[in-house]
Amino acid sequence: MDRMPAWADVVLVPLISVLLAAAISAIAIVLIGENPWEAFKIMVEGALMRSSGWGYTLYYATNFIFTGLAVSVAFHARLFNIGGEGQAVLGSLGVTLACLFIPWPHWTLAIIGSSVAAAAFGALWILIPAYLQAKRGSHIVITTIMFNFIAAALINYLLVNHLRPMGSMEPASAVFPAATHLPSFHDMFSFLGPKMFRGSPANVSFFLAVIASIGVWLLIWHTKLGYAIRSLGFSESGAKYAGISPVKIMIIALLISGGLSGLMGVNATQGEAERLILNSAEGAGFIGIAVALMGRNHPLGVFLASILFGFLYQGGAELAMWTSIPRELIVVIQALVILFTGALDNLVRWPLESLFVALRKKES
Amino acid sequence: MTDIAPAIELKGISKAFGPVQANKDISIRVMPGTIHGIIGENGAGKSTLMSILYGFYKADAGEIWVDGRKADITDSQAAIAAGIGMVFQHFKLVENFSVVENVILGAEDGAFLRPSVSKARKTLKQLAEEYEMHVDPDALIEHLSVGHQQRVEILKALYREANILILDEPTGVLTPAEADHLFRILDNLRKEGKTIILITHKLREIMEITDTVSVMRRGQMTATVKTAETSPEELAELMVGRKVLLRVDKQPPTPGEVILSVKDLHVTDDKGVERVKGISFDIRAGEILGIAGVAGNGQSELMNVLGGIMEASGQITMMGAPLPLSGKGSDGFARRQANIGHVPEDRQREGLIMEFTAWENTVFGYHLDPQWQKGPLMDNKAIRAEAAAKMDRFDVRPPDPDLKAKNFSGGNQQKVVLAREIERNPDLLLVGQPTRGVDIGAIEFIHQEIVRLRDAGKAILLVSVELDEIMSLSDRIAVMFDGKIMGERLPAQTNERELGLLMAGISGEPGKEDWKAVEESLAAVEQEEASQNG
Repeated sequence: MDRMPAWADVVLVPLISVLLAAAISAIAIVLIGENPWEAFKIMVEGALMRSSGWGYTLYYATNFIFTGLAVSVAFHARLFNIGGEGQAVLGSLGVTLACLFIPWPHWTLAIIGSSVAAAAFGALWILIPAYLQAKRGSHIVITTIMFNFIAAALINYLLVNHLRPMGSMEPASAVFPAATHLPSFHDMFSFLGPKMFRGSPANVSFFLAVIASIGVWLLIWHTKLGYAIRSLGFSESGAKYAGISPVKIMIIALLISGGLSGLMGVNATQGEAERLILNSAEGAGFIGIAVALMGRNHPLGVFLASILFGFLYQGGAELAMWTSIPRELIVVIQALVILFTGALDNLVRWPLESLFVALRKKES
Repeated sequence: MTDIAPAIELKGISKAFGPVQANKDISIRVMPGTIHGIIGENGAGKSTLMSILYGFYKADAGEIWVDGRKADITDSQAAIAAGIGMVFQHFKLVENFSVVENVILGAEDGAFLRPSVSKARKTLKQLAEEYEMHVDPDALIEHLSVGHQQRVEILKALYREANILILDEPTGVLTPAEADHLFRILDNLRKEGKTIILITHKLREIMEITDTVSVMRRGQMTATVKTAETSPEELAELMVGRKVLLRVDKQPPTPGEVILSVKDLHVTDDKGVERVKGISFDIRAGEILGIAGVAGNGQSELMNVLGGIMEASGQITMMGAPLPLSGKGSDGFARRQANIGHVPEDRQREGLIMEFTAWENTVFGYHLDPQWQKGPLMDNKAIRAEAAAKMDRFDVRPPDPDLKAKNFSGGNQQKVVLAREIERNPDLLLVGQPTRGVDIGAIEFIHQEIVRLRDAGKAILLVSVELDEIMSLSDRIAVMFDGKIMGERLPAQTNERELGLLMAGISGEPGKEDWKAVEESLAAVEQEEASQNG
C-alpha cells in the first residue's frame, strides 16, 4: 500500500519544499541587509501582476517545458539526458536554416517547417550518444555533456565563418524574413487591450509546448511505445523477457528526448531572437533537469514546475533591476528550490509519510 | 511438568508495522536441547518474530526470557551476549575474506589480529571435529559452495558461544544432499545440548528433524504440537486455515504429437562460458516434462533460449516449423507469436514490472497485440477490464487491477503471471520455478492450473529446483547437470535418491548409497562454477 495519498505526493511535497526554499532564501536576503518581504513583493509584482511580466514568465516557461519534457521522456527509460543544452542549440540551428533558406509564405507554414527542423536537429545531436549508450554501454551522462561543448563550438564556428551576414561584426546570423516571424502574445491578445503583453517575448510557441506536453502524456501512458519505454526503464531483464529490444527502445526514447530539446529553438530563436545568436539556449537545457525532477517526470508536473521556474527567472530579473540584491542571489534562490525539491525530497517526504500513517492509524 | 527452564520463552510478543499487525500476542516455550520448528506461510510473521528475538526490531509489547531470566534484547550484540546466534537466509559473509577472517569478524580480541586468528583456528578445528563441520579455514568465501558458506555462518555463531541457534529457511539454497548433511549437523548440535529454532515453510523438513513445531498464521501462533504426534496434512491445514491437497491430483498423461523438438542445443552466456552443452529432447502434446537439477546447471539458459531471451545454436522446431535461435525472429515477441507461453523463473525481475499496476502487467509481452490497440493508442479500458476478469478467474487477492505488482504477495504475483500466460492458450508453456516463494494455498492452485493446461492437450516444460515439485507434477523427468541431460526417468520408476545422484552428475549405478562421494563431486562442481563466475 502506498504510504501517502497521491495528491499529497504530487502537490503537498513540492509545495512544502518550495516554501522551505523560500524561507531559507528569506534568511539569505536578511543577511545581506534587504527586506525579504519587499523582495518577494517585487518578484510577484514583476512576474505575475502585470501582463508583460506574465509574458516573460511564460516565455521562459516555454523553454523549460521543452527541455523538461526531454529529460522526462529519457528518464522513463532510466536514461539521464543532460545534453538538453546542446540539443536545444542544434535545434536553434535547424530553425535558423529552415527560416533563412526556405521562402515561407506565412508563419503558420514556417512554424511547421521550423519545428520539424528543430526536432530533427535536436534528435540528430543525441544520435551518437544514444548509439554509444545502447550498443556500447558508454554512459549517456558523459557523452551528452561532452556533446554540449561540441555543440557550442560548432555553433560558434558556423556563426563566425558561415552564417554571419557580410559586414557584420557580431557572431549572429541574419535576421529571419518577416514571413517567419511568429505572432507574440501581444499580437494575439491585443484585442483585450492595447497594453496586453506589450514588449514581452511570449509567443505562439507556448501553445506548441502545451501540445508537446499533451503529446508526451499520450506517448508515455497511452501508446505501446510508451509502454515499452516504461518497461525498459523499470526493468531491462523484464523488457527482454517481453520481447522488447532494449537497444531499439533506448535509441528511440533518446531521439524523442533530443527532438523535444531541439523544439526549444522554435521559441527562443524563431519566436524571440528572430536570428541565431551565441548561447541561444540560455542554460534552459540544465533548468530542464530541475524541472523534470520537480515535476516527477509527469508532463503536468513539468508544466507547473516550468511556470515556477519562469517566475523565478523573471522575478529575479526584476529584483536585480529594482533592488541592490545582486543577480547572483537569484541563482541562490533557484538552487535552493532545486535542492529542496530534488535532492532533499525525503526531508519533506519522510515526516509527511509518517504523519499520514499516524493519521490513518488513528482513524482505524 | 519439568523444572527445567525453557531456553527461550516469549510472552505475549506483539509488533505492528503501520496498520499491519505482523505479530500478535505470541507466546512460545522452546526447551533446551531440542529442535523447535516454526512453520507458516510467507508473511505469516515468522521472520519478524525472529528479528525481535535477535534484537533487530523492538516488540511493541511482550517479554523475552532466556534460560529462565528476563532478557532485554535491544540489539544483536545483546542477543549474542545472551547466547543467541542467527543464521540468515541470505548469508552475511564477506566474500573476499577467508573463513577464519569471517568467523572472527566483530569478535576480535585486542588490537592485533594474529592472536585472534590462531585462537579461532584452534576453535574451528575443535568445532569441526565435534559437529562434523569441516571447512578449510583459509579458503575464501567466494570459492566455497553454498552449503559450505552456510556452515561458516553456523560456525560463526558457535564461535560466539551461542547455545541457541536460529536458522531462517536454511535449506532454500541447498541441494538435497547438502540439506541432509545440514540436518546431520543440527542433530549433532542437539545431542550436545544446543537449542535450535528452525524457520521453514517446508513440511518435510519439519517432520524429519524437529521435536516440537509451532505454526504461525497471519501474525498469530495457531498451535504448538509435538512433531511425533502430528502429520503433514494437519500442519498444512493449520498453516493455511483450510484443508490442503498436498499431492498433485492428476490422471495419467495421454501424450499426442510432438510439439517441441530440441536438437543439439548449445548456449554460451555473455561471459563466454558454455552453459548448455548439446542437449536434445522432445515434448509432446498433453505431457509435462520436468527438468530437475541444482540451480546453475543450464536450466535457466535453456528456458531463456526457448523464451527468446538468449541466443543459441542448434535446432528447435515448434510443431514442425523451425524457430530461429539468433538474430531476427528469435526474441520474446516472435516466441509469443509462435504460441509459446513463458512463466519465467524470476517473476520479479522478468515476469512482471513491479512498478506497473496489475492491469498493465496483464498485457506484458503481448502489448503489441492488435487486440489491445485503439487507433494509435492502447486500449487501456479494455486491458483493465480483461485484467479484472483474469484476476477474478485466478482468484488474485486483492482483486484490484489498479494495485501495483509489488504490493501483491508472491503467490498472487505468480497468479497474475500465470493468468496472463495460460489464458493465451499456448501450445507450449515454459514454466520456471512456479512456486518459489509462494505459499501452500497458492501452490495447490498453481499446480492444478498447470495440470489443467496439460489435460487440454498442451505441452509443458517445467523447470524447478524443488525435487518434490518435479516428482509430483512431471510426466517425464530429465535431469540436467553441467549443461547436459544426465538421464530421463519416469516419476513412478525413480526416487529422490536416484535423481539426487543424477543431479550430482553421477549417471551410473553407485555401488551403495555413498553420499560422501556425491557431496564431494557436488562441492567440486560448485567450486569450479564459483571460480568461473569470479
